[in-house]
Amino acid sequence: MEVWLSALNSLAQGFSNLSWQNAIMIGLGSVLLYLAISRNIEPLLLIPIGFGVILGNLPLSGLSARDEGGVINLLYISGILTELFPVLLFLGLGAMIDFGPMLANPIVLIFGAAGQFGIFLTLFLALALGFARQEAVSIAIIGAMDGPTAIYVTSKFAPHLLPAVSIAAYSYMSLVPILQPPIMRALTSKTERATLMAPGEKKVSRRVKILFPVVAGIITILIAPTGAPLMGMLMLGNFLKESGVVARLADVSQGALVNVVTLFLGLCIGASMLGGDFLRWQTILVFMLGLIAISLDTVAGVLLGKLMRVITKGKINPLIGAAGTSAFPMSARVVQKEGQKANPKSFLLWHAIGANTGGQVGSVMAAAIMLAIMTGMGIGPLSR
Amino acid sequence: MAQEIIEVPITGKITTVEVKVGDTVQEGDVICFIESMKMENPILAPVAGKITQLKVAAAQMVETGNLIAIIEY
Repeated sequence: MEVWLSALNSLAQGFSNLSWQNAIMIGLGSVLLYLAISRNIEPLLLIPIGFGVILGNLPLSGLSARDEGGVINLLYISGILTELFPVLLFLGLGAMIDFGPMLANPIVLIFGAAGQFGIFLTLFLALALGFARQEAVSIAIIGAMDGPTAIYVTSKFAPHLLPAVSIAAYSYMSLVPILQPPIMRALTSKTERATLMAPGEKKVSRRVKILFPVVAGIITILIAPTGAPLMGMLMLGNFLKESGVVARLADVSQGALVNVVTLFLGLCIGASMLGGDFLRWQTILVFMLGLIAISLDTVAGVLLGKLMRVITKGKINPLIGAAGTSAFPMSARVVQKEGQKANPKSFLLWHAIGANTGGQVGSVMAAAIMLAIMTGMGIGPLSR
Repeated sequence: MAQEIIEVPITGKITTVEVKVGDTVQEGDVICFIESMKMENPILAPVAGKITQLKVAAAQMVETGNLIAIIEY
C-alpha cells in the first residue's frame, strides 16, 4: 500500500511544486502562442518564446534556462551567455540587407545616427532611477530597436535582465507600426508630411556594393573594436551576398542559419522567463524605459528631418527621420505609408529604406560605443 | 481636360493592377501594387478622374520613370 501511495505522491509532485508565479507564466506563454497563431504577431519568435516559457516554468522538468545540465540550460550557456546566437543572427541579417539605397544617398546615414538618440537619453533616465550602470546600458539599448544587439549587450553586462530586455526589444520592434505614427503626426504638420521627394533611386555599382562591407567593417571596427563581433558578422553576411559568387553561403546564412538560431534563441529566452524572476516591478520599469527609448528615437529622427527640410528648402520629407531606426524594414514601411497618406503622390520608400539601413549600422555602432565606454571605464559584467 | 501622369517610383514588379482603362477613380484609390525591396507597395491615384491610359500589367517588371497610367480630370 505504501509503495502505491509513494508512487501516487511521486506523480503529484509536479502539481505540488507548481507555484502561482509558475502558473501565471504558463498563462503568459499560452497568450504568446495565441498571439502568434491567431493574430500572426511575430510567430517565428513568439512560438519558440511562448513554448519556452511554458517548458521553463513546469516544475521539476529541468527545462528552464537555469536548470544546470538541462537541454535548454546547455543551449542558454553556449548560445546566449557566450553571445553566439545574436552574433550569428547578424551574419544572416547582413546577408538579407541591401545597402544600395544608403550608398546611393549617404546623407541618410545622418538619420541612422539620430535614430539612436533615445538610447543615450534612456541611459541617463535608467541611471537616475537607480539601475546599476550595467543594467542601465542593457535597458537603454532597447532603443536600438534591434533584438540581437539588445541581447548581445545585455548578455554581456546584465544577463539577469535578458528575459525582460529581449522581450521588450522584440515586442517594441513588432509594435513599430503602432508606436511611430502618432509621434510622427504629432511632430509634423500635414504640409510637412506631404512634402514630395524626388524618387531618388540610383544604381549603385557592384564594385561599390562589394567594397562597402569590407571598408565599412574595417573602419567601424577600428573605431569601436568592442562591437567587432556584431559589425564583423553583419558585414561578412553582406559580403557573402554582394560578392555574388557564394550564393549557397548567402542563402544558408539568411535562411537555415537564421531560422535555427531564432528557434534556439527564442526557446532560451522563453525558458529564462521564470515566474519568480520575471514578475517583478523591475520588469515593468524595463518595459517602460524601453518604450521611452524607442519613442525618443522617433522624436529625434523626425525633429532632425524637420531641420533638414528647412536646410534643404523643402527637399526632404521630415518623416524620413523616423526611419533611422534599426527596426528593418518596419520603420521604412511606416514612413512610406504615412507619407502616402498625407499625399497620394508621395513615394518615400527608397529614401526610407536608405535611412533604415543606416539605422542598422547606427544601432551596432551605438552598442559598440557603449561597450567601448563601459570597457574603458573598467566596468565588467554584473554578477547576480 | 488636365492630365495627371503616374510614373513608376521604384524598380520592381507589378503584382496586381486594380483598375482598367475607362474606370473612374477617386484620389487615393489604388491603381496597382509594385513589389520592391521585398514589400508590396500600393501606387495611389493622385487625383480623382478617369483612367485614359494604362501601361502596366500584372507580373511586369518595371523601372523608375516608366509610365503606369494617365488620369484625365
